[in-house]
Amino acid sequence: MPNSNLQLDDNGRLRHFLSIEGLDQAILTEILDTAKSFTSVADRPVKKVPILRGKTVANLFFEASTRTRSTFELAEQRLSADILSLNVDTSATAKGESLLDTLQNLEAMQIDMFVIRHQDSGSAHFFAQHVRPGVSVLNAGDGQHEHPTQAMLDMYTIRHYKKDFTGLRVAIVGDILHSRVARSQIHALNLLNTAEVRVIAPRTLMPVAVESLGVRVYDDLEQGLADVDVIIMLRLQRERMRGALLPSEKEYFRRFGLTQERLGRAHPDAIVMHPGPANRGVEIESSVMDGNQSVILQQVSFGISVRMAVMSMIVGQSGLQSGGDA
Amino acid sequence: MSLPSVESLIEKLTQALTPYFSNPESQPLIVGIETGGVWIAEQLRQRIAPAAELGRLDISFYRDDFTRHGLHPTVKPSSLPTDIDDRCIVLVDDVLQSGRTVRAAMNEIFDYGRPSKILLAILIDRGQREIPVQADFVGTSLSLDSNSHIKLEGPEPLQLIVKTLDRHAE
Repeated sequence: MPNSNLQLDDNGRLRHFLSIEGLDQAILTEILDTAKSFTSVADRPVKKVPILRGKTVANLFFEASTRTRSTFELAEQRLSADILSLNVDTSATAKGESLLDTLQNLEAMQIDMFVIRHQDSGSAHFFAQHVRPGVSVLNAGDGQHEHPTQAMLDMYTIRHYKKDFTGLRVAIVGDILHSRVARSQIHALNLLNTAEVRVIAPRTLMPVAVESLGVRVYDDLEQGLADVDVIIMLRLQRERMRGALLPSEKEYFRRFGLTQERLGRAHPDAIVMHPGPANRGVEIESSVMDGNQSVILQQVSFGISVRMAVMSMIVGQSGLQSGGDA
Repeated sequence: MSLPSVESLIEKLTQALTPYFSNPESQPLIVGIETGGVWIAEQLRQRIAPAAELGRLDISFYRDDFTRHGLHPTVKPSSLPTDIDDRCIVLVDDVLQSGRTVRAAMNEIFDYGRPSKILLAILIDRGQREIPVQADFVGTSLSLDSNSHIKLEGPEPLQLIVKTLDRHAE
């Protein structure tokens, strides 16, 4: 396992953002507080602040993405960065260039920050181990490992609606096995002292020894949803499935799809979240997705502020407050 | 050293600024810089134009020392009326020293629009400028040595505090 402390500098400040695992509650809370400050930027006539002015950020998406990539790009632009987004289909890696060669070629273009999504677990760590001093790496999803900015925008959403984690029951439902989002969420929820984290999935989509992450395990959706305050639905990741893990999507929906009726088992004020892209009628009923307990679109907006926060924390490394600079 | 009362300095600024508010058709907008500047701006607004709205700027996102000092996680949202084009702005801060805060505030203002004019009102001008910024209205000027830090505490009561920084302790 790569060294998670790679993420922190000698003063314990964020230097890369690779995984929730290895961070502490103070940094997570700082990300959430900083993100709150950035929400007001979206309401300005000029939606831009000069924090990354003169910095160049490269977005390397070796795997398809809509929300993550576009909200990263918007976050970078609202921080005034110059950005370079590489399309994997036309990039040199498609022609056989190694990851390290790609990295070194981009470094030769004086990139200050890399945002990377890659199908291999550990790829963001690999990048972070090889970049030059002063260059930062943000993980936008690596294989089945972690997707830390998604987890932080989910934490932001939960805090926005529920204020405090300590009394909350949170259920993560669906394809836990293939979900880097779930892994990051479980770490974040536990670091923020969530009262109870539940994972609900068919046994074939549950990782081995998942209990060791500090969750309660259910293979029955209706039991698992009882009295929860937050429901996080996950997408069924058919593209990562090898072998017959599920009989059919219809069968999956019948047992694990979130319907209005099943939502009724949760706390009446429960919120419904989904990292997207959602499959209507597979893991979630259309009327629930569009219903008044759904905060799925709000998650997308919060994603911009959270990504701005993480990037600004990495750039402003020392975090000291100056005095007397009037 | 004995410091002037904040009340007397606010009164002096009020007297100097009042003539600029004589035309009800084109009232300047008072804008305070968080946090101390907003306290002073609010006092000036109550005394000069109690019906007017107050603008607030948190310049944290615009600081030129951001990469050295990082960002305080709780930046207050800036709020200016949606249209500041062609308005006169009275920019208010508590202490003017290097001038960098005022520069950052002006950068931020221009992201909201193009004011017709910006006037700068400062409670304490302590000199030691690092960029060419001059206040239009000054409560008082003080000369302090560079190890001294003057700070407005408030909002209730407003008072000035001088601290001597021990460089070795930092």
